Amino acid sequence: MAKLHVTTTINGDPVEFLCEPHHTMLDVLRGSLGLTGSKEGCGSGDCGACSVTLDGRLVCSCLMLAAEAEGHQIRTIEGMAEGEMLHPLQQKFLEMAALQCGICTPGMLVAAKALLEHNQEPTETEVRYWLAGNLCRCTGYDKIVRAVLETAAEMRGAAR
Amino acid sequence: MNEHSNKWIGQRTIRPDGADKVTGRAAFGADTTMPGMIWGKVLRSPHAHARIRSIDTSKAESLPGVKAVVTARDIVNFTTDKPFILGIQDMRWMCRNVMAREKVLFHGHPVAAVAAATEEIAAEACKMISVEYEVLPWVIEIEDAIKPDAPILHEFNKLDGKPSNITGKLEHKLGDIAAGFAQAEVIVERSFKTRPVHQGYIEPHACLVSVASDDKTTIWSSSQGQFMVRAMTALLTGLTQSDIRAIPAEIGGGFGGKTIVYLEPLATMLSKKSGRPVKMVMSREEVMRASGPTSGSSSTVKIGATKDGRIVAAHGIYYLQAGALPGSPIRGAAGCSFAPYDIPNVLSQGFDVVSNRSKVVAYRAPGAPIGAYAVECVMDELAVALKMDPLELRLKNAAKQGTKAAHGPVYPRIGFVETLEAARAHPHYKAPLGKHHGRGVASGFWFNAGGESSAQVNITEDGNVVVMTGHPDIGGSRAAIANIAAELIGIDYKSVSVLIGDTATIGYSNMTGGSRVLFASAMVVTQSAEKVITILRARAAKIWNIDPDAVTWEDGAARPAGDNAGKFAPLTLAEIAAKATETGGPIGAGVQLNTTGAEGGFATHICDVEVDVDLGIVRVLRYTAFQDVGKAVHPSYVEGQMQGGVAQGIGWALNEEYIYNRNGQVDNAGFLDYRMPVCSDLPMLDAVMIEIPNPKHPQGVRGVGEVPLVPVMAAIANAIHDALGIRFYSLPMSPPKVLEALDLPRAAE
Amino acid sequence: MTDIRYLAPRTLDEAVGAFAAAAGAARILAGGTDLLVQMKAGTVSPGLIVDIKKIAEMTTIEETADGGFCIGAAVSGAVLGEHPRFGKVWPGVLEAVNLIGSTQVQGRATAGGNLCNGSPAGDSVPAMIAAGAIVTVQGPKGRRQMSVEAVPAGPGRTNFAPGEILVAFTLPPRPKGSGDAYLRMIPRTEMDIAVVGCGVSLTLEKGICTAARVALGAVAPTVLLVEAAAKALVGTKLDAADLDTAAAACSASCRPIDDKRGTIAYRTKVAGVLLKRTAAIAADRAGKV
Ligand SMILES: Cc1cc2nc3c(=O)[nH]c(=O)nc-3n(C[C@H](O)[C@H](O)[C@H](O)COP(=O)(O)OP(=O)(O)OC[C@H]3O[C@@H](n4cnc5c(N)ncnc54)[C@H](O)[C@@H]3O)c2cc1C
Ligand code: FES
Ligand code: FES
Repeated sequence: MAKLHVTTTINGDPVEFLCEPHHTMLDVLRGSLGLTGSKEGCGSGDCGACSVTLDGRLVCSCLMLAAEAEGHQIRTIEGMAEGEMLHPLQQKFLEMAALQCGICTPGMLVAAKALLEHNQEPTETEVRYWLAGNLCRCTGYDKIVRAVLETAAEMRGAAR
Repeated sequence: MNEHSNKWIGQRTIRPDGADKVTGRAAFGADTTMPGMIWGKVLRSPHAHARIRSIDTSKAESLPGVKAVVTARDIVNFTTDKPFILGIQDMRWMCRNVMAREKVLFHGHPVAAVAAATEEIAAEACKMISVEYEVLPWVIEIEDAIKPDAPILHEFNKLDGKPSNITGKLEHKLGDIAAGFAQAEVIVERSFKTRPVHQGYIEPHACLVSVASDDKTTIWSSSQGQFMVRAMTALLTGLTQSDIRAIPAEIGGGFGGKTIVYLEPLATMLSKKSGRPVKMVMSREEVMRASGPTSGSSSTVKIGATKDGRIVAAHGIYYLQAGALPGSPIRGAAGCSFAPYDIPNVLSQGFDVVSNRSKVVAYRAPGAPIGAYAVECVMDELAVALKMDPLELRLKNAAKQGTKAAHGPVYPRIGFVETLEAARAHPHYKAPLGKHHGRGVASGFWFNAGGESSAQVNITEDGNVVVMTGHPDIGGSRAAIANIAAELIGIDYKSVSVLIGDTATIGYSNMTGGSRVLFASAMVVTQSAEKVITILRARAAKIWNIDPDAVTWEDGAARPAGDNAGKFAPLTLAEIAAKATETGGPIGAGVQLNTTGAEGGFATHICDVEVDVDLGIVRVLRYTAFQDVGKAVHPSYVEGQMQGGVAQGIGWALNEEYIYNRNGQVDNAGFLDYRMPVCSDLPMLDAVMIEIPNPKHPQGVRGVGEVPLVPVMAAIANAIHDALGIRFYSLPMSPPKVLEALDLPRAAE
Repeated sequence: MTDIRYLAPRTLDEAVGAFAAAAGAARILAGGTDLLVQMKAGTVSPGLIVDIKKIAEMTTIEETADGGFCIGAAVSGAVLGEHPRFGKVWPGVLEAVNLIGSTQVQGRATAGGNLCNGSPAGDSVPAMIAAGAIVTVQGPKGRRQMSVEAVPAGPGRTNFAPGEILVAFTLPPRPKGSGDAYLRMIPRTEMDIAVVGCGVSLTLEKGICTAARVALGAVAPTVLLVEAAAKALVGTKLDAADLDTAAAACSASCRPIDDKRGTIAYRTKVAGVLLKRTAAIAADRAGKV
């Protein structure tokens, strides 16, 4: 089987890897790249635990071939904090206990960040529908939705 | 109880494992590797029921890259004639669940496992194993399994001398129901059905096992108990427990579903045979086909009351699906269902029924939601028949301190009445409802649990605190333990680091389950911390050269007990720690206990629904859960347990179910068609914590994790009745079922 | 293990050439939200994957001079949703495309994949059919056009000739007083495959419906264009009784199956309910007072 050589950018860093043509981005992130923050809950697009952004757009890394990363920009949970500084969403998730087991958390955070980049003032309904592809079995979503709404409000306040 | 005001207990502190979890650093079951690691895959049965005639693994073994193959021959056989109990499991069934032995008993039952250089080669090798099956007739549903001519799963199991699929019975009795019903002026009797539902944790089962040539074994896995993993794996592989070090990975949800092993014994044997570390991860499809759901059920509940609303007799019969191997939670169903009420005459009976579906395993208050669904729906009908408010009916019959429950105990101080009163007084109960809206209430009970727990509290040389316990933390228990340790020692919670030990570093601790963790670990941590404080006082006494009894510990420092003790400036934890070597050596203490005194938990829920009467879709509009939580050591994670339990109940009530095809195979083995609630399906879930401290616990803790699931299905069914005037006696109340009922001509109630 | 190759050509000719040369062993990759799931499940194992997202013609949205639209087959739902004009002209089609899956799925999934996947439950298909959309396909023998309703051949199958690739959808210009809508029934609010889907496009002149197209998803082996329902609407004021007649026509046209997603009785009934609701929204958008 001929391996493919892929040159891409992950969390701002230039990255090269070899992969099989059928390998998904998630396989490579979690496998040879050792970026296990993206989780595999289903491998079929249903849970969102593997959420990453591709050129700024939210996607499931389990539904993307690794080969498709060639020449594109990928961001994962590992690239969300800036150095020591947690992203406001990460901080708010901690303060408001928006995680229990934490397996859905990386995907939730990546998805929520994509939402706030796209909509600074989401309503509760908009948050809920945006995050509908991110399953959480522990929290009943209540604290997650509140944390996203509150972060959005704080970020608007800070921007003012 | 500590009566002084709390600085940390009750605070919403940041969890010790939080930063790792929001940055993707936390290592879950599938997140680790080892040098030289290879991959294991399971070959699963394509049949729902078949005798295994032969298994030929030779072709698979000769595939390049394949390192080992195991079958039932490599797993210790516990013969069916001798029970071998480990906790609540019987190893006779466990050994047959991890690997089919005489027969395959459900579609997806493991038949063999392969370890190979890559996942792809392992999967390919599985296809090359040839298994000769004698396909047998199979049975899925309870009603079919208890018919006289049903296919029998376990010929050795006899009922009244004949082979049967009824594999267990249990009965709780109080008074005399015949006499009780004779006094009743109003009797409601109804039958109910529920479907098996999966725990639905987002993290699939995963493990990484390394067995060295001297049998020294390391197991890294996601489970609700590293000691359970060690014990079961030892028994199933023949290794000794001291050779196994089971390390608890961060666990991505369990809800009871990770209280038994699936992969660990297979990976252990594959590693032993291949001499390489072996990693195994289930696919979501495997999780849905082969890991445990909770039981489906078929029950009948009859309750009789006098006209003034006093319940005089109750009878419950609960048939629960065990799946392919015996052991359904009939104790939870029969024991919990009438437990909220003070009823003089009770008979509560549970029957365990096997059929050709995956073996059930615990799910949040195992069995209790099934019983409560039936009882709480009947209570609603009884309230209508008595023309009473449903909360009034419950209040009138509510169990209190001194009530004798049919499942045994006489209650100490409990908070059930308080949950009912809080619900009645809450604005939600009186809020106006719109068209096709309805409101329902229901209550629930769970035993809660104590059991074995170990803790070690060590003071670091720089005067900080490290606490280690032995129960995997699934929902924030480390945060609560940090609060308790900080409170007792009198330091900032940030100075306390809380870790979960592995089987080699902490004493035996029972599983995370039954709502036991904080109850039990708070006890051992409290006692350890108290021991540490005693040591700290002794060290200060030594430094001051006074009697240890003349030293008190307050606000994180040793102080002279009074003027008579002498005048000394307080010695802080850091100051004492710095002098530890001179004053007697390292400072730390551990406690290991079998904790007791876990008293029951009660809840009452109010639910509003809206029904789309043309499509049959039910949406939950508003939900408020009231629960006696004992003491909320970390309120956010208590609320989280309540909200999570409610969300699971909403899924169970409305959409979740396994759909079987004509070949006895699950047709919806994935998240897409299993239909757990997504974010947009739910409203905010209000959690009202009522704190009636458990008198038998140092902080007043009661278990809080299980109860929130118990009342939900009945609360929703009762709300739908309020909206439509139609009662549903089976779950899920999915759109086709609701629309069908709406289309039937209806007689006035 | 089957050997898989991956190609991401920059021109349509290259894509068609490679696709046709692989003679059936190849699969087109648009968003991959069906293809990758099927590969993972083992139901398809292509020898060649031809990724079409690097082909300019397939990734652009063009508003034609006459006011119609041409949408490349590899345009994702999210990109279509960001187009400043499309959703104003074809709100129903956009709703349908945007109902496909989660935000994550939207970032990838295409209407082209939805159609070519051949599922009778594909959400965008009834809306496209109701809109009277035409597809352009290109194969070894050149280009041709066909109506969307002519594409599906049965569950998982299309009427494309071997080697043909879907290039683009063309939506016609809108006469004044037109509106379209799409609704589906799912048990949850998101992340479900339609149990029934209904697309309606219609035109009103002085309160009278002068043209209508109705399509139903998930009630037959392929998405249905329900001419009887359209007929029941044309010439009426779309009053309750008119919608009832059209609803009955929808229910009568259903040939559903019982499966894990719904029962025959339920789907048949719901088809009528959805027609009424969808037509009411379309009429409202067309300016019904
Ligand atoms: C979590 C999840 C939720 C989903 N929810 C929905 C939903 O709500 N509604 C719905 O309708 N669908 C849903 N789907 C299915 C899927 O997302 C849609 O069918 C989507 O439109 C497919 O588009 P795609 O671009 O991803 O297709 P791909 O997977 O790239 O392709 C699908 C098929 O079409 C072929 N193909 C694609 N483009 C072309 C072309 N240009 N020419 C010829 N052949 C082509 C491919 O070879 C493949 O066989 C869901 C899927 C997932 C994973
Ligand atoms: S793992 Fe990608 S969506 Fe579940
Ligand atoms: S916190 Fe456990 S799944 Fe979300």
